[in-house]
Amino acid sequence: MGVEKINMPQLGESVTEGTISTWLVQPGDKVNKYDPIAEVMTDKVNAEVPSSFTGVIKDLVASEGDTIEVGELMCHIEIEGGGSSSEPAAAEQKEDEPSTTTSKSQASESASNGKDQGQKKRYSPAVMTLAQENDIDLNQVEGTGRGGRITRKDIEKVIESGGVSKAEDRPQTEQKAPSAEPSAPESAAKPAPSVPDVQAGEGDIEIPVTGVRKAIAANMVKSKTEIPHAWMMVEVDVTNLVELRNAKKNQFKKQEGYSLTYFAFFVKAVAQALKEYPQLNSTWAGDKIIQRKAINLNIAVAKEDQLFVPVIKNADEKSIKGIARDITELAGKARDGKLTSKDMEGGTFTVNNTGSFGSVQSMGVINHPQSAILQVESIVKKPVYQNGMFGARDMVNLCLSLDHRVLDGLVAGNFLARVKEILEKMSEENTSIY
Amino acid sequence: MAVISYIQAVTQALREEMQRDEKVFVLGEDVGKRGGVFRATDGLYDEFGEDRVLDTPLAESAIAGVGIGAAMYGMRPVAEMQFADFIMPAVNQIISEAAKIRYRSNNDWSAPITIRAPYGGGVHGALYHSQSVEAVFANQPGLKIVMPSTPYDVKGLLKASIRDNDPVLFFEHKRAYRLIKGEVPEEDYTLPIGKADVKREGSDITVITYGLCVHFALQAAEKLAEEGIDAHILDLRTVYPLDKESIIEAASKTGKVLLVTEDNKEGGIISEVSAIVSENCLFDLDAPVQRLAGPDIPSMPYAPTMEKHFMMNPDKVEKAMRDLAEF
Repeated sequence: MGVEKINMPQLGESVTEGTISTWLVQPGDKVNKYDPIAEVMTDKVNAEVPSSFTGVIKDLVASEGDTIEVGELMCHIEIEGGGSSSEPAAAEQKEDEPSTTTSKSQASESASNGKDQGQKKRYSPAVMTLAQENDIDLNQVEGTGRGGRITRKDIEKVIESGGVSKAEDRPQTEQKAPSAEPSAPESAAKPAPSVPDVQAGEGDIEIPVTGVRKAIAANMVKSKTEIPHAWMMVEVDVTNLVELRNAKKNQFKKQEGYSLTYFAFFVKAVAQALKEYPQLNSTWAGDKIIQRKAINLNIAVAKEDQLFVPVIKNADEKSIKGIARDITELAGKARDGKLTSKDMEGGTFTVNNTGSFGSVQSMGVINHPQSAILQVESIVKKPVYQNGMFGARDMVNLCLSLDHRVLDGLVAGNFLARVKEILEKMSEENTSIY
Repeated sequence: MAVISYIQAVTQALREEMQRDEKVFVLGEDVGKRGGVFRATDGLYDEFGEDRVLDTPLAESAIAGVGIGAAMYGMRPVAEMQFADFIMPAVNQIISEAAKIRYRSNNDWSAPITIRAPYGGGVHGALYHSQSVEAVFANQPGLKIVMPSTPYDVKGLLKASIRDNDPVLFFEHKRAYRLIKGEVPEEDYTLPIGKADVKREGSDITVITYGLCVHFALQAAEKLAEEGIDAHILDLRTVYPLDKESIIEAASKTGKVLLVTEDNKEGGIISEVSAIVSENCLFDLDAPVQRLAGPDIPSMPYAPTMEKHFMMNPDKVEKAMRDLAEF
């Protein structure tokens, strides 16, 4: 009676699941309505889940690292007036018990044999079939066959005992039971990188992969396995641009209160060129290519071991100043962990400021499902042969990774040439910051 | 019910069929006065006379050919090849004539002949007295090949073979003749040709075999039962055409299939069984289909140590069964 459920909230428009990165409460903790109870990471953003009730946390159904679908149970909370322990929640837990005890007793049985487990992951057709038909997570079944192989009998025993550990391994609530099924294609669509059998040696540090790191890994694998990447690079003479920026930066900082970075100029040039070459502002959609009208540019912002790609919306409609301001704001939010899913949504093309690390050449991984990413490298003074003589010029490399399903060398080359042209024409005489 | 030997079941079936139907007669080398070298036709000459128990010359092609001709004219001959090894001179008659006459004559003619032949090793018979020849005939539509394992099956299936309206090769394991005994009803009964028989129910592994090897598997299964390994044993009984339904059912039951024969391994009956299992049972299989068979060498050797190496026995079957159970 006094127990309520707290379910995974909808944390963004297209967000279907979230991974609990940290529980901020423990069973027994008192919380007020709207108090944060957990940090949750989605594929877009980190967020705090607020409590829907005032009360005492009863139990945490999901563990840190678990990925929970929107609307599914995260924890139980005892609200005021409650406090007895004979709630449905308790019954629910008891139902779960047999499954864990069976698998545990099987585990200890085979563990006591001390046999090798080399065949643990060799599944026969019968085992695969039964596991799929009964939605069994084979990782949780102990094998009694040679080399720890899971035999058909092992699976049949698990089914008979009713201790079926769901492949999704997430607790089901009574009313949500039917909706658990549609999650199968969802998880199938997610790339499951094969895990090499690597062992940590003495003195090595093992860092658990959680949260944003996990999302980065999954996205990178998806991008690199799905998108046939092609690369090209142009060298741009930005001597005039450097002069322009040096002339304006101090006054700008004084006036506006934030820095006028080179990156803002590059973003501006890319937005302008994208307007002329919308082919690069598009997405591969299987049987068609979708060309985006809006030019929303993701910029990569790194923070310690995390990487975010917030969006400068409608970059083509903004002045260099406006872009500089967006960059400052988004970078600040990323550093403070305050990016919202709104800040991350809707990107159509990515510009990456790799030059800020001193890089002069790099091959970016496309921000799936976009069709290209542009890396702006370090501006380097170089001797350049020009007009019959050598001179010191400020040179920068622009590196483009493109989805070769969507784009070919010609259009990508034209686009890069256009960006180069725009940048080389930027000078004190003809470029306005505002 | 009387307990009789495998060979007594042969004799009983022959006698009862000859009593039942005047058209039934036996022919072969030494089958008459001598009663057969294994005594399978013992007493028939005295009871039915020389017109229905014919001693023939040493010419297997003639035994088969005369039998086929008589069968086409409405008789029910039971021809005996003294040893299955000697059937080779008669192969042309059997395959080119007996197997094909119904098809060739568009049902106008048929050859309801039964050809009996003792096969198999383990009796110090060496090359010409130990062979398994079933595979030679097992891709000849028009023929049926029956290879029973128990006295009960012998009587029921031999009667069914004699009454069958098409040629049947009836192979009797010569070592089983006096080794295997069992209860056999005295009354008349037949068993269906083309039907396999579950000789033991089990849930861990499936053994599919025929002939004497059925007994090796049953013995091994009893030993393994003490270790908690529960074997399901299917006796094919008819090895051509195969009882696909029973094979699929037995294989699917445990998903671990061991096929046993004392014939050479490559191209044998069990290879076809393996193909049936592979084609139909993929999603029930829990282990690779295993074949346990004689080595691919030309014949059963004479030296006892060598014969033992070639010949199937309960220990070999047990080892293979345990190995599969542990997989």
